[in-house]
Amino acid sequence: MRGQSVEMVQLLTPDGERVANDDFEFTGSADDLAGYLRDMILARRFDAEATALQRHGELGLWTPLIGQEAAQVGSAHALRAADVCFPSYREHAVAMVLGVPLSNLLGLFRGTDGGHWELLEKFKNYQIVIGCQALHATGYAMGIQLDGAVGNDDSGQNAAAIVYHGDGAASQGDVNEAYVFAASYNAPVVFFCQNNQWAISEPIALQSRIPLFQRAQGFGFPGIQVDGNDVLAVKAVTDWAMERARHGDGPTFIEAYTYRMGAHTTSDDPTKYRESSDEEAWRGRDPILRLTTYLRNLGAVDDAWLAAVEDEAKSLGADVRATIAELKDVTMDELFETVYAEPTVALESQRREYAAYLAGEDA
Amino acid sequence: MNEKLTMAKALNRGLRRALQADPKVLLAGEDIGKLGGVFRITEGLQAEFGENRVVDSPLAESGIIGTAVGLCMRGYRPVVEIQFDGFVFPGFAQIVSQVAKMHMRTGGRQKMPMVIRIPFGGGIGAVEHHSESPEAYFAHTPGLKVVSCANPNDAYWMIQQAIGSDDPVVFLEPKRRYQQKGEVNFTDRPAPMHQASIVRHGKDATLLAYGPMVKTCLDAAAVAAEEGTDLEVVDLRTISPVDWVTVMSSVRRTRRAIVVHEAPLTLGLGAEIAAKLTEELFYVMESPVLRVAGFDMPYPPARVESEYLPSIDRILDTVDTSLAY
Repeated sequence: MRGQSVEMVQLLTPDGERVANDDFEFTGSADDLAGYLRDMILARRFDAEATALQRHGELGLWTPLIGQEAAQVGSAHALRAADVCFPSYREHAVAMVLGVPLSNLLGLFRGTDGGHWELLEKFKNYQIVIGCQALHATGYAMGIQLDGAVGNDDSGQNAAAIVYHGDGAASQGDVNEAYVFAASYNAPVVFFCQNNQWAISEPIALQSRIPLFQRAQGFGFPGIQVDGNDVLAVKAVTDWAMERARHGDGPTFIEAYTYRMGAHTTSDDPTKYRESSDEEAWRGRDPILRLTTYLRNLGAVDDAWLAAVEDEAKSLGADVRATIAELKDVTMDELFETVYAEPTVALESQRREYAAYLAGEDA
Repeated sequence: MNEKLTMAKALNRGLRRALQADPKVLLAGEDIGKLGGVFRITEGLQAEFGENRVVDSPLAESGIIGTAVGLCMRGYRPVVEIQFDGFVFPGFAQIVSQVAKMHMRTGGRQKMPMVIRIPFGGGIGAVEHHSESPEAYFAHTPGLKVVSCANPNDAYWMIQQAIGSDDPVVFLEPKRRYQQKGEVNFTDRPAPMHQASIVRHGKDATLLAYGPMVKTCLDAAAVAAEEGTDLEVVDLRTISPVDWVTVMSSVRRTRRAIVVHEAPLTLGLGAEIAAKLTEELFYVMESPVLRVAGFDMPYPPARVESEYLPSIDRILDTVDTSLAY
């Protein structure tokens, strides 16, 4: 039965072979899949550029997504206009698919602003504190329900929230409280856990003695494990979970089983805590490679198509590098202005004192 | 129109009026629905407004505050109840890392119109974790506003002002004063929430207090008056931001200031007030700003809390010290 799977849902093998699943089917077209492949290639390029920019000192930090493109692209394509996404700090491909300007992501990691993002109504700011956003998403979903935006006959009126968190976050109190609240209020929220096997240097074995998706049963809602490197399966499973939520059937936990090919952030060194053989094994499960193989065999993409996307990726890389120079540092005035919605006399006084100090220095 | 009410009833009436006035206002917390809250502040509200407006929450403070963040993002104005002061700490991270920072980190795009109601302070003979004064933690956190009512009229009006604010407000309710009665004026426009109030005029020294200590200071001033000392009492009402205009206008006149709070002495609000008054009124004051506070220890067992809490005698003793300069 759906949601009580004991086996990981997979629709495309690492060799690029399409396989059937009793419960889930990818219903999109080959053109859709070519679009997903393009998204994944561009996301990987963006990620590589940002990693390089950090190495050049242009970003203070970067959180590489390499290896997790299918989990992110597949799930992002399951979102509809009214759905709202609560990311952690690695969801660059989700942001790309939803149309968040990449300069927004770069600005946060460069430190030009604190997350002054466009499309906040759709895609919330990155969350650095582990798991806090699971509660925000659940509360938001409670609000969706209070608004009557679930279970309507006109499905266009329905909405749901999706929250991204990692395997490490599943140990956090906030995340577990979010599961409790989501279950208590039957909130329309999907917990999308990218189990990339590592919480910085802590392996999943330290976080959980059972597969993570099995925990959902203890909270009273379905949990399902999907091959996170299989964009078809991720899309199909997320479609199902989001539709359940929108329909009023409550929360779902999705464990996207994947692997973080890079470091946790540009500050750590995976060679200190994991075996290179693991990385090699996972390289064989690469999400981009398998979809490319499948679509090539299908005749949906060819060398020319791939070359065109590669050109696009190069151009994206150039744009990303150019963007850095255009990012503007937030001003102290803007910060003073935005601490409160209703300014305080005390803070205004500090602002004036600082302005006077600056004026004195210039004089 | 005036009516004599307890602070508990006044808060209840204020919450009811806020729920009536704005359909986006909702209450959430442990036991606030059917039970009406352990102090009965929300009594009858769920019956009147339904389970969607007055929400019984699972026993998880971070969950209550964290979901309220999401509700704010969806356009609601949640008012959450933390059952007791000492229980706010499981939700502390959400308050200081999320609620307080959301407005600035989004460049002002995301407002957090949330009220966090906390019955606080001692003097009721409670067991541990039920009598604390955590205001300095919150007052030290930019992005939050912190207020405390000291009488029923303020309770009625300030809770509505807090709910109407587009900023997150930590609303501290002096639980030992819940049953204290006072006039509530339902018609006259109240003072702004972030304005202190001179609740007794005097010329010899200013007692600065908020929440539960306002009454203690008024009682101390009454005793002092019998002895010929004329004390002014300022109810700060707002802890963050402090209304320096009112505070300084009072101290400028009396030229002596004593801050009184239940929270531990070191790095408490008294320290900030003393520093600010020293910066601004150094040449005006006749004596240093003195403090009467709790001691730097965890809140003591109830049988000895009267030793810990600022008393009339300790306040008057400190007044004598100030006057002796």
